[in-house]
Amino acid sequence: MTMAMAGTMTGVAPNEALSGPQGKKPRRLFDPARILIYTVLIVAAIFYLFPLYVMIITSVKDIDAIRYGNLFVPTGSPTFEPWLKAWDYACTGLYCEGLKVGFWNSVKITIPSVIVSIAVASVTGYALAMWPYKGANFFFTVLLLGSFIPYQVMLYPLVIITGYFKIFSTLWAVIIIHTIFGMPILVLLFRNYFVSVPQELFKAARVDGAGFWRIYAQVLMPMSLPIFVVALILQVTGIWNDFLFGVIFAGTTNFPITVQLNNIVNSLQGVKEYNVDMAATILTGLVPLFIYFVSGKLFVRGIAAGAVKG
Amino acid sequence: MDSSVNIRELSVSYGTVKVLESLNLDIGRGEFIVLLGPSGCGKSTLLNCIAGLLEPSTGQIFIEGKNVTWEEPKDRGIGMVFQSYALYPQMTVERNLSFGLRVAGMAKEEIAQRVARAAEILQIQPLLQRKPMELSGGQRQRVAIGRALVRDVDVFLFDEPLSNLDAKLRSDLRVEIKRLHQRLKNTMIYVTHDQIEAMTLADRIAIMKNGIIQQLDTPHAVYNKPVNLYVAGFIGSPTMNFFKGNISDSSIAIDTLNVPLNAYQFEKPAGANVEGVLGIRPEHIAVGEEARKMPVQLESEIEIVEPMGSETVGYTKIGGQAVTFRCSSDIPLEAGQKVMLGFDPARGSVFDAQSGARL
Repeated sequence: MTMAMAGTMTGVAPNEALSGPQGKKPRRLFDPARILIYTVLIVAAIFYLFPLYVMIITSVKDIDAIRYGNLFVPTGSPTFEPWLKAWDYACTGLYCEGLKVGFWNSVKITIPSVIVSIAVASVTGYALAMWPYKGANFFFTVLLLGSFIPYQVMLYPLVIITGYFKIFSTLWAVIIIHTIFGMPILVLLFRNYFVSVPQELFKAARVDGAGFWRIYAQVLMPMSLPIFVVALILQVTGIWNDFLFGVIFAGTTNFPITVQLNNIVNSLQGVKEYNVDMAATILTGLVPLFIYFVSGKLFVRGIAAGAVKG
Repeated sequence: MDSSVNIRELSVSYGTVKVLESLNLDIGRGEFIVLLGPSGCGKSTLLNCIAGLLEPSTGQIFIEGKNVTWEEPKDRGIGMVFQSYALYPQMTVERNLSFGLRVAGMAKEEIAQRVARAAEILQIQPLLQRKPMELSGGQRQRVAIGRALVRDVDVFLFDEPLSNLDAKLRSDLRVEIKRLHQRLKNTMIYVTHDQIEAMTLADRIAIMKNGIIQQLDTPHAVYNKPVNLYVAGFIGSPTMNFFKGNISDSSIAIDTLNVPLNAYQFEKPAGANVEGVLGIRPEHIAVGEEARKMPVQLESEIEIVEPMGSETVGYTKIGGQAVTFRCSSDIPLEAGQKVMLGFDPARGSVFDAQSGARL
């Protein structure tokens, strides 16, 4: 009888102390698994950060301090002269104007090719995903194939083609080539993202009377910010870090920053200025680094969204 | 009744697969038509064709007397509500509602007026400044209906609008859609696979299978006089009981049981010695005392009892064939119990076993 009562009521009286495990399972602060994880993480972090540390402390030493040895010890009297020299008057081949020329060349190359390639690729991906036409799949396959062909194969034909159009040795050649070569991977990226957007949304917009461009600009684009950020990061870092196309197609006065960095570091005249080399290298890496820091969070989100639904 | 939507010889095929075949359908002005069928029967395809989102292979579509076969969706005078709501995620409810009107370049005052009216009808005024993410499923579907409402169209198209909602909300919104139809008196075409939605909402139901309309009639007629075995089996839950037997001399012999069909109204004369199927709805089988008043009576042992609260569903066998019956929950039933069952064959349906057609 009492058993039955307890069963139909609450089971255990509310004020009675509960015995046995209850609530959150307690965790030890230093359990072995956790110690192992943190150890690995810290070692990995040191492994990656140590070269950067050496670069930074070396870049603010003067040449005597470097000659003195002690690679890992920071100098007592830091100087920013190497940074100034790297930026303003280090010699790259025949010219002694520092990295700044290459920096602005890289900016001039990166901005238009990033904007144009993302604009064209996103519209192409949108058309492939939402407005399938006869042969769309064939076109997509051809594009995909394009991303597997090594660049080196196309260098010679490209030299001929740019020569024919009289843009060889100009910034235009580099810009156009970057724009075109970014296309396969970007179109793939955008198409896969847009395919995951529900078709019904697109249908609803058509019933509402929106056309190709309006659906793209007012419906699709506002909800696709993460994938645009992913594309932006891919393109900015890819184009900024490019060496091959820059060295071949830009011409000596238009070299991008990567090529100039190489010329500074590998110049064989006089004393090897490690401090200037280090400063120049850090300067070159600043732009991609900046992009990563600003949009890292969005980048991860975009990659994840594309991966899960694509 | 003058017609609002006419479909003439409409066919749709993907490669060699024919989804719709020479389909004809006339829908009256202000009528609520439900397209009902299992998935893959072509009902959504038909709706998308009417909306202009899908091109038919052959055939014509008229809306309000105008041939719209080649028209864009926006020029057809239709509004559409989708299963997944399909709200624009980055726009507020208000912007969602007004999007179509802004695209059409309507004056701001007019837009505000229409949005206010739709919001009032659907009681979503407090939600106007929210984004779809901040709404519940029922609220989202209301906004989606509102988006069709503001466009002031002749024909509303619903593509399984309630399928993503939970049971309670579904029945609430079902009533609301019915109320909306009574208030607006627009033509509505509603696609669903839920027969309760079909029965409760429709003026006429079109039951589809393999791209062909099997029966187009009022819910009452579809339920009580199904034209073939497929419709009979599809409509009704639990499913209609089917007894196979041999028809001769206005009676059907089911196993050892001879069921007289004198009172049954044949649609077409059945020949002698035809293999037939007698269909009896579970609720038309009487139990206990009631059974003794029925023309056909027999005793049977109950196998399973399902008390539903308002009624009880029992499972048994007659002549070796599984039988379901529904009765009042007041009648005490238990598995293993022997009870009297009875039914009136005149209330049943008789089909030709070969063609499946109603006799």
